Amino acid sequence: MDQDQAIRPWQRDIYSVFKAANIRHVSYVPDGGHRGLINLCGEDPEIGTTVLTTEEEGVGLAAGLALGGLRSVLLMQSSGVGNCLNIFTLAENCRLPLVLLVTMRGEFAEFVPWQIPMGKRVGPALELMGFDVFRAEDAATVGDICAGAIDQAFYSNRCTAVLLSQRLIGRKNWSK
Amino acid sequence: MIERRPAVAELLKERGNALVVAGLGSPVYDVFAAGDHDLNFYDWGAMGSAAMVGLGLALSRPDRPVVVFTGDGEMLMGLGSFATIAQHRPSNLSIVILDNEQYAETGMQKTATGFGTDLAAVARACGIENATVLTEQNEVASLRPKLHARSGTMVAVLKIRPGDQPRTVPEREGTLIASRFMRGLAADDRARA
Repeated sequence: MDQDQAIRPWQRDIYSVFKAANIRHVSYVPDGGHRGLINLCGEDPEIGTTVLTTEEEGVGLAAGLALGGLRSVLLMQSSGVGNCLNIFTLAENCRLPLVLLVTMRGEFAEFVPWQIPMGKRVGPALELMGFDVFRAEDAATVGDICAGAIDQAFYSNRCTAVLLSQRLIGRKNWSK
Repeated sequence: MIERRPAVAELLKERGNALVVAGLGSPVYDVFAAGDHDLNFYDWGAMGSAAMVGLGLALSRPDRPVVVFTGDGEMLMGLGSFATIAQHRPSNLSIVILDNEQYAETGMQKTATGFGTDLAAVARACGIENATVLTEQNEVASLRPKLHARSGTMVAVLKIRPGDQPRTVPEREGTLIASRFMRGLAADDRARA
């Protein structure tokens, strides 16, 4: 298997956190850095999954699921956050919980310059939109940080985001 | 062409255990005019999100019919939703699009449906088989029971006569709309248990 996209221990940790927190739905526009987690959730009959045509669909979906009593998490790449901004206001206006796990591009050995602008601005953009933003840089603490972000969102009706550092995924191999 | 207020009122008659989402603009006012209800979620903003909110409700509450009322402009902004909904095809989701071919809130500018886009055809091409266009008032009554049948995802495009309606404006505060909805749903579940 492509070493970039093998299931990492920190992805298994996030999956365990999902189970402990009773996350019942995961939506995503796939990113290589989320592949392992997407696979784990897809194989779990207790977690529904939705592939989105654009990331902001996941924000409306999360709101509908929350109104109907189901906890969900949205997975996306940093570039996808930019697509979502106005739909975040649905969660803000209604004080509905919303959790984003964002795999970062554009911040470490980035090969594709087009990723740099959104990668640089995603943290401040989310802060501007009222999110509680957490950063996970170290594989050993990813699970705990995601657990904290999920708990804060559901306990306190917050929009939260964990920015998963590009170094966690490592350098993408562009030579293939 | 169909008159919007009587059509929405007809479709919401005997609403039973249905959950209703109204997309921003005229559909919010139409749904409110038919009768305020705890289980109306008025989506006053986040244009493009109404159908996805409906999908979330449908997936989380497969035991209840979910009806999204929205406009052509709002649906166009979330066109990809048809494709996303089609991967699930929840049996309990209906999307009623009130298509007057205009952005009514902002000065009646033409939308893409005014230039020929057929939203029912788009929905079918995305994988939602049951997607139809209604053009006559007398077709609306027979649509109503289909909203409750939970027999498959349905899209119904109602071609609406453009024009102003009496201004009927529901609660605008999102926290009240959402908490009323969730509390109302819990209470309704208990009442039906």
